[in-house]
Parts: sequence; C-alpha cells; structure tokens
Amino acid sequence: MSVTERTDVLVVGSGFGGSIPAYHLAAGGARVVVLERGPHLGSQDFAHDLRMGSYTRTVDLVEGDGITVVAGNCVGGSSVVYFAASLRAPGFVFDRQGSLGHRLWPSSLTRASLDPWYDRVEETLPVSLPRWDQVPYPGGLFAAACTRAGRTCNPVPVAVDLDRCTNCNWMLNGCHFDAKRSMLLNYLPAATAAGAEIRALHEAQTIAPATTPGYRYRVAYTVLDGDDYRVPVGAGTIEAKVLVLAGGALGTPVLLQRSAALLGGVPSAVGRYFSGNGDRVSIADVDESKVRELLGLQRAPGVAYEGFPVGKPIGSMSFDRLDPQDPEFTRFSLQQIYFPGITNILAQATDRPDSSWFGVAKKDLRSRWRSWLSVLAMTEDDNEGVFGPPPATGSFTRVASSVGLSTLRHRPTAHTLRGWAAADAEARAVLERDGLARVRPWSETVGSLTAHPLASCRMGDDPATSALDDHNELRGHPGLFVTDAAAVPTSLCVNPSLTVAALAERACPHIVDRAAEAGVAVRYGAPAPDGATSGRRGVLGQAR
Amino acid sequence: MSGHPTRRQLVTALTGALAAVATGGVAHAAPAASEPLAGGTVATLEAFADTMVPGEKRYASDRAVAGAAPGAGAVQAGAIALLRLPDLGLGPLLPELALLLNTRATAYALSKGRVLLPTQPPFVALDFADRTELATTLLRPTGADQRIWILLALFSAAAFDTAAQLHTVEAVKERHPGLAWLRFPSPDADGLWRFPQYSYGRRLAREHPRTTTGGSPA
Repeated sequence: MSVTERTDVLVVGSGFGGSIPAYHLAAGGARVVVLERGPHLGSQDFAHDLRMGSYTRTVDLVEGDGITVVAGNCVGGSSVVYFAASLRAPGFVFDRQGSLGHRLWPSSLTRASLDPWYDRVEETLPVSLPRWDQVPYPGGLFAAACTRAGRTCNPVPVAVDLDRCTNCNWMLNGCHFDAKRSMLLNYLPAATAAGAEIRALHEAQTIAPATTPGYRYRVAYTVLDGDDYRVPVGAGTIEAKVLVLAGGALGTPVLLQRSAALLGGVPSAVGRYFSGNGDRVSIADVDESKVRELLGLQRAPGVAYEGFPVGKPIGSMSFDRLDPQDPEFTRFSLQQIYFPGITNILAQATDRPDSSWFGVAKKDLRSRWRSWLSVLAMTEDDNEGVFGPPPATGSFTRVASSVGLSTLRHRPTAHTLRGWAAADAEARAVLERDGLARVRPWSETVGSLTAHPLASCRMGDDPATSALDDHNELRGHPGLFVTDAAAVPTSLCVNPSLTVAALAERACPHIVDRAAEAGVAVRYGAPAPDGATSGRRGVLGQAR
Repeated sequence: MSGHPTRRQLVTALTGALAAVATGGVAHAAPAASEPLAGGTVATLEAFADTMVPGEKRYASDRAVAGAAPGAGAVQAGAIALLRLPDLGLGPLLPELALLLNTRATAYALSKGRVLLPTQPPFVALDFADRTELATTLLRPTGADQRIWILLALFSAAAFDTAAQLHTVEAVKERHPGLAWLRFPSPDADGLWRFPQYSYGRRLAREHPRTTTGGSPA
C-alpha cells in the first residue's frame, strides 16, 4: 500500500512559472516540493550536437492538428532551451479585446501595474541590453536593412551574461557555458537552498481533493524512466495545502481536464483560447553582393555577410509596427532569429506551396544557407486553439522521448491571417527592397509552428472566457494557482518569457496569503536569489 | 495478426523515431538493426530521400538516385543510416514502409499510363519528375497518410541538414556532405563552437523613439 506524502506547497513544473513560486514560498518558510516531468541536467550535459538523442532529451516537439509546438522538457523547463529574449509587452497588449468585444486581461493588470514585477525579474535573472557592437552579424544585417527601408531597429535585451557568452549559437541545446540565465542559475538553486525539494522525472497525472484534514489537494504522479519517458517506473501521491500548476501551456490545461470530474468541475475556459503568440517565421535568401552595395557591410575582406550560423540566435528587432493607435490584429514586432538546421526543411524555395520545400530548387537554396536571414513576427492572434479530450496520461501522447501527439486543434481565423499577412508584407518591404533578399514564410504544409504556447488556462475578469482570476487562482478552487504561460491571456507581440515570469512573481504574494490562511508559517518578502533588494522594494507596496 | 505492421504502427513508430532516442535506453534494438535490408527496400527509401534532397548518381547505373542535382543529396548524407539508427528501432518497419510507397507508386503509374520497368521497385522505376509529382500528392495536408510521408521527408532532410545520425563534431570532421553543402562552421579543437568575431561592431540603426531604458517597447 502506498503512503501519501504531505507538503505545504506543491508545485507542478519547474520552468519560469514553477521556479519563481517555489523560490518565494520556500524562502518565506513553507515546505515546498516541485514535480518536474523532465530530467535534471546541467551545463556539462549540454553538448554542441545535432545528433538525435542529444538536444531531443530536453526539447519536445508536439504535433497538434494544424499546429506544432516546441517546448522544454527538463528541470528549468523552457528557460533551459529558450533563446533568452527578455522584453516587456507593449502597453496596448493589456487592452486587447480579441474577437470578444471586451478587455481580455484583468482590469487590474496594465503595463504600469506589471512594471514593478518586470523589474523584479530583470533584477533576478538578470537581463542585459547588448550594445550595438555586441549584436551578431544577422542582427546587424537586419538593422541595416531596417534603416535603409526607413525603419527603426533595436538591439534585443537578453537574459545572457554577455561577458561569458561565446556566441556559439547552440542555445536550443541548453547553455554549455552557463552564460544563458536559465532557472538553473537563479531561482531554482535559491529555492533548493531554502529547502525546496525538486523531483525530476515526476509527472503529475491527476488532482483530487485531499483526504487529510487541513490539506486541500491530492496529486497523483508517475515516475518516468529517464531513458524512455514513455515508461513509468513508479507512482505516488502527495497532498498539499496549496497547489501551484506550472507545467506549461500544453501541460496545465490537460492535467486540469483530466482532473475535472475529481475536482467537481473546472472552468470552461480550461483548454480553450490557446495562443501560439501569433508566431510567424520567414526565411530571407540574402544576396551577398547587395549587402555590400546597398548596406555597405563587410565582416571580413571579401565577405559581406555569410553570418547566419554566427552569434546569439536573437540580435535585433523592429518595434515600428507596435503602434498603439493601429487596429488590433495589425500590430506586431519583427525580430531577427536563428533556428537550428532541423527546421531547414520548412524553408520555401519557390511559390508553389505544395512542393516549395523540397527538391532541386530547395537544395539550391540550401547552398546559400550561410546567407539566410530568418525573421520572426510576433503578431496578435485570435486565441483560436482548443484542446480535445485529454490522453490517459501526460500532456500529450508521447510516442517517443521528444515527440508527442496533442489533441490541440488550431485553425487560424481571418483575424490571425490578417496579422500574418501584414507581417509578411512588412518583412518583404524591409528585406526585398532593391533586391537585397528574397523572403518567403515557412511552409505551412504541417500547419503553423510556435515556440511560444500561451493562454490555455488564462486569467481574466469574465468567468465565461477566463479560467483564472486576476491573482492566478483557478475559479472555484481556492488554493489552486496557475502561474505558467497558460495564464497569459493573449499573444504579446514580443517573446513571452519575461511576462510569464513577471506574472508568476506577481502571483507569489497571493499564493503566500493562501498558504498562510491554511496554517502554513510563511511570509512574503524574500530578496532576489542573489540578495538584491531593489526589486523587492518596488513591489512591496503592491503586494500588500 | 499477420506480423506486418499496420499503418497506425507505422505512423507511431515514425513519429517516435524523430524523438530519436533520448538516451541509450533503446540500445537493445541494435542487433536487429544490423540485419541486412532487402535491396528493394533500401532502393525505394533512397529514391524517396533523393526526391526530398536530390543528388548526383553514386555510380553510372545508379537507379535509386536520379541524378537530378549536382553534389551529394540526402542519400549520400546518410538518410538510410538515420532511418536504421539502432536507437530508433525503426528497422523492422522499413520494409512495410517501402511497400506502402511502392503501392502508391503503382497506382500513380497506372493513373498516368506509365509503364514501369519490372526490374525495379515501382517508386524507383519512376523518373524524377514523376517521383516529385507523386511525393507532392502524398505530402499534401489532404493526403491520407500525410504524417507518414512528412516524417520520412523530415528524416531525409535531417540526415542532410543536421547529420542527425552522427555526432556533429565527427560529422564536420569527416566532411559530411550535407553539412559541407551548407558550409556548416567548424568547432574549436575541444569540440565546442565559439565565434570570437561575431559582430559588425557598429550601430546600424536608429532605435525606436518609444523604447525604455532597458530596451523594451513602451
């Protein structure tokens, strides 16, 4: 007979959304256990290797119907494999109405009210703003093209120690040099030092009411084989006074769907309103001679660019189309970005969509790979993703270690398509001017692809269209919080990680309050994990 | 029932193969993978890989590789080695996969009035233009088995673009034809990539006026 464990606070997931509450609750005095379904790896494990079996240990490729999602699967979650762009969402995002005709974010959340929480995260990670002479070649090329097209362009703030960074361009594999500021370098070690226990290869399966007096929730989990995540090697249950879900926008809604009957129902917005952050990637086939003639760039004698594989993956971006006065679904940012060779298959070499991505012309395009430039548009999408019935276990049907089949269905609406068309036109206007490059979006043969899953269990004021209240608590389920990207109400027009982290920071005082109500001796107010205190000073007024 | 994998098993196994092996946990599949594949199976899968990333013929009488493009293609880059990677455990499914492709090729040939040489597997017997047209049909979102063919396409491309069956340091050292075609950069002597020279070193744009001191949009 198995023994049910008990803890004050149970956190499911150890990415941005899980690490931050784990730290604050543990530092404040609570007993904290973190369940993470992926393995626990560190910088020495992160090899520069494209062989199957290397990065595939920590990155999941999840195929839905009409959409494919890339997400992290390890202690530290997506922070281990992300590209570290760390931007605040523009102010208008918080006022978005989508297709519903009312504000989608809680009225208490504005850019101004979130700024102090952004400050806390930026202090903790910390975030650095590269100088222009620290922007790699692709970012420089994009900036020069923007200038020539009459646009502005900015260096992108990144959670990277710029002095340690070798510009190796292997961020998807995890940082071998400990230069990228993942959760492994800040919140998680601090949480552990404060007594939190992190259990890798533990996958939460169901949530039910606790049976022990004083405890609210009982979570059943399986222990996964580190060599084959499909194979369970153990199981257990653990009860907690407060439960924090942060298994990611592909994980959290599915766990709640599966638990709905046990919990006496969950809000109808659970598993609906998924957003891929409006991600839209295009590949520019750059003419080296034009780089020299039109932009006057030269990286070495006789070499104008040929810099696609060099540097940090994200270097520069344009904010020109983030005008708050423009109508919704036409605003976006355009960011220079690099994706590893496994995505080369998606580049289109012709205008015939059925066959544009393979064959003779495509091979010819590959011969100019070093002269590619890729850009990511982050647009305003329509939250049109919907999850079907949950699989028996896990967030999706894991058919192998890094590949899953999800019930997520995504059909872009006319609004989303309008945003993508506007972004495509802008990418061409900047990069095709005077023949600098030929630009085509990634093939849509397998639907869209996003590395920024959001909103599948979102916050809001309207119970009909949001699952969480404005303090990240699941409606009707006191003491159950969602603090990951699932909570973000809409696409953000920038990379989401900093906003996910800021919202998780903002939720912490409320999680602490719930824990205290449940009799846990815990206080809010820990400094940043490295002892810095200015971020704390900024939020204490709001937190109380 | 028959011992033949079903189409569903094929989809699952192929999808799974992408994951490729989180670890050495599937190494027990190694002995099976070392068994020889029938020549027709190999030629059929090679012809499909060559349709995705075409290359020059390996020898004058090469039928599987159509010779549609200069330089090595997915076949020379190791597409079959990737499909047979012991960690994937896909080996036993490959004959059925080739059979399915050849069934499609036969139907295609009938519909187009093509006469296929009986000495070759049907897909191999098609010329490059026909292989391309058939592949285009199979890979369309409306295709009945699209997921199977997408994954086979993905492995073909992954062999060429990433040498996914090899450790990248070794692949670069051995001048893997796909990485060489891309002109993939070389690592330092310790097997790690670093780019000490990485920036044009100067301001190349004016920042947006509504930018915060931290570099975010207002």
